Amino acid sequence: MPEGHCTPSSLSQTPDSDLADRASVGSPIELIIAPPKRWLSINWGELWRYRDLFQVFAWRDISVRYKQTVLGVLWAILQPLITMVIFTFIFNRVAKIDSGDGSPYPIFLYVGLLLWQYFSGTLTNASNSMVANASIVQKVYFPRLIIPASTAVTGLVDLAVASLVLIGMMIHYGYYPQPTGLLVLPLLIFIAVLASLGMGLFLASLNIKFRDVRYALPFIIQIMMYVTPVIYPVSMLDNHPVVKKLMLWLNPISGVISNARAGLLGTAPIDWGVLAISGCTSVMFFFFGLYFFRATERYFADII
Amino acid sequence: MAIPIIEIQCIGKRYRIGAAKEKYLSLRDEVAKWLSPAARRAKAAEKEFWALKDVSFSVEPGEAVGIIGRNGAGKSTLLKILSQITPPTEGTITMRGRVGSLLEVGTGFHPELTGRENIYMNGAILGMSRKEIARKFDDIVLFAEMKQFLDTPVKRYSSGMYVRLAFAVAAHLEPEILIVDEVLAVGDAEFQKKCLGKMREVAKGGRTVVFVSHNMAAVAVLCSRGIVLDEGRLSYAGTIAGATQHYHRRTKVLAPTCLSERKDRLGTGQLRFAEFWCEDADGRRIASAVLGKKATLCFAYQAKSRIQNVSVAFNLRDQSGTILVNCNTADTGTDYATVPPSGILKCVLPVFPLRPGIYHGALYAKVNGEVADWLQEAISVDVVEGDFYGTGKLSSQGAVLVPHTWTVMTDGRMPPEV
Repeated sequence: MPEGHCTPSSLSQTPDSDLADRASVGSPIELIIAPPKRWLSINWGELWRYRDLFQVFAWRDISVRYKQTVLGVLWAILQPLITMVIFTFIFNRVAKIDSGDGSPYPIFLYVGLLLWQYFSGTLTNASNSMVANASIVQKVYFPRLIIPASTAVTGLVDLAVASLVLIGMMIHYGYYPQPTGLLVLPLLIFIAVLASLGMGLFLASLNIKFRDVRYALPFIIQIMMYVTPVIYPVSMLDNHPVVKKLMLWLNPISGVISNARAGLLGTAPIDWGVLAISGCTSVMFFFFGLYFFRATERYFADII
Repeated sequence: MAIPIIEIQCIGKRYRIGAAKEKYLSLRDEVAKWLSPAARRAKAAEKEFWALKDVSFSVEPGEAVGIIGRNGAGKSTLLKILSQITPPTEGTITMRGRVGSLLEVGTGFHPELTGRENIYMNGAILGMSRKEIARKFDDIVLFAEMKQFLDTPVKRYSSGMYVRLAFAVAAHLEPEILIVDEVLAVGDAEFQKKCLGKMREVAKGGRTVVFVSHNMAAVAVLCSRGIVLDEGRLSYAGTIAGATQHYHRRTKVLAPTCLSERKDRLGTGQLRFAEFWCEDADGRRIASAVLGKKATLCFAYQAKSRIQNVSVAFNLRDQSGTILVNCNTADTGTDYATVPPSGILKCVLPVFPLRPGIYHGALYAKVNGEVADWLQEAISVDVVEGDFYGTGKLSSQGAVLVPHTWTVMTDGRMPPEV
C-alpha cells in the first residue's frame, strides 16, 4: 500500500499527470511497472514482439543438441528405432501383444513411439527449461513463456527426422496413409503440442519452487507410458470399459496415438469422437498450465 | 518542463527473510508446514524485510543518473525492478520509451555456440530484433576486435575475449532508456577505457541512462545526476557531485573498510588486501584522522604463503581527483624482504598533512615486481580539523600542509644596527 507521506523527491519536478500532457510526449511505448494483479491476462502483443527471441531459443536448442557428438542427428533416429526393435521382440514375440488391427506390430509400435517420444521429450524439456535457463531469467526480462514454449518446437525437429524411418517402414510393409489421415495429422500433432506444453508449463513453474519435480518426472513419464496405448492397442481394453474411458478422457495422447495409427496406416476410420475428446482435454491442459505459469511467473527470479 | 521519461513512485519491495535464505524448498517441507501447527506458527513469525521502501524520483529524457549506495542499500533490487526481472511489492514505475537493461554482459552466451551465433543469441536476449543485429553485426565484430575467431565455439575463448565479445554486443544496444549495472568492471585496463568511452558516448547521445556502480570515478564521469540509497530508502537525490559527497559523508570510516569482498581488483592475487583502517598515536582505531597529528594507515592482508620482496603503495586524492599524496615503499627504500602469510602493513604519517575533508585513494602491492593486488577506490580517509602548528591559528590556503620553520639571518650588506 503506498503511504500518504511518501512524496516524490526533488530530482526533477513531477508534472501534473493529466492525459493531454502524456499524449504530447509522442513516445508510443509507455511501460508501467506495478505490483502484479491476482489474475493475469496473457499479453499476446508482447509475445508477438518477442517472436525473434522465440526463434533464437528454439534454434539454439536444436543446434546445441547434437554438438560434439559423432552420430549427430542420427540420434533422433536411433532412439526410436532401437526402442522399436527391442519392444517388438519383448512385447510382440515374447508377450504376444498384437496390433489388433491386422497391421504389422513394428510399424504399429513405431507410430506410437514417435508421438510418445515427442510428448515425453517435450514434457521433460519444458519442465526443466526454466531451471536450466535460471541465469538468463535472473538477468533479463522477456516473456518467460518463450523458454518452455520453444522446447515444443525443438521436439518437432526430432519428430520430423525420426519420421523418415516411418516412411521407409510404410514402403517396406506396404501400408499407406489414407487422405483424411494425412489431413488430420497436423491436428494430431497440434493436440500433442498443447498437451505436452500444458503439463510442461505447470511442471516448469512447480520445478522452480520445488525441485522435487526433477526427480518425480522420470517416474511420472514411465507410469504414463503404461496408461497410454503405445505398446498395445486400445482395443485390448475392450473388457475394461471404465479404464478405457478414463484413459481416453484424461490422457489426450491416447486419442492422438490411436487416431494417428488409424489415419497413417489406413487400418481404421478416424474416430472423430475420440479426437474431439482429446482436443478438449489438451486445450484444458494447455490453459491450465498457461495460467498457472502466468500466475507464478513474476516471482521466478526471486526464488529460482 | 519536459515530462519525465522515468517516474518512480513510492516503490517498495518486501522479501521474507526465511524465503530468501532457503534457496528452494522441498515439497515435504511445504506439506509439513501445512500439517503441523508449530511449523505454521513459525511461518507466521517469519521476518519481513524491506529491501526498498518509499523510493520515489523521476528522470528527465537524456539524463544520466547514477545510483549509489553501500552493499545491501537496495541498488540491485531497484535495478531488478526497473528491468522487470522482479515486481515491486508496492508503488508504480512509468517508463516512457523502449527499455534495455544490462545487468551482466554475455547473458545467455552458450559455450557450444560460435562467436557469430552467440552475437545473435545474446542480441536477441537483450531485446534486439534479428534485422537490427544483422545491421550492427560488422560494428560489433569490429568493436570486439576478433574477426578471426568468429566461427570458433565460445568455450574455446579466453576469458578476455569472451568479455570483449559480450560487451561489444551490449554496447550496440540502442534503447531509449538504458539500465546498466557494473558492467564496466570487466576486461583489461585498455578495454575498460574503451567501454567507458562507449558508455559516455551513449550518455552524451541523448539517451537516458540509469547506471549503478561501486566505481565512483566512473559514475562521476558518466552521470549528471545522482541518487543515494541507504538501507532501502532514498537518502539523496540531486547533482552527481552532491550525491558523491553525501555518499562519502554517510560512509565514514568508522568500521574498517572491508576489501576482501571486492571483485574489481587486478593482479596475481599472491597477496590480497583484506581490510583498511586508521589508528591514532596510541594505536586506537579512529574514524577520522586529525590534521597535524600522528596517523597510522593500516592495511590487513592475506597471502597464499610467506612471500618475499613485497612493495606496497597507496595514494590519496582530493574530491576533484588530484593526487595529493603518494606513499610507497619503493621510494622510501623500505620494500619488505619478506612478510608472513597474513598480517598488517602499517604506514605511519607522523604529522597528517591534509586539510579536513574526505580523501580517496588506490592501494597497490607488488610481489617480485609483479602486481599482486591493485584496488581503485580502496581507501578513504576522513580528516577533521586539528591544530597543525600548535599555535591555534591556521589560514585557509593550501591543500597540503608541511611542517616548517622560519628564520632570518644577515646577508652582510645592510649596515649593522647601531
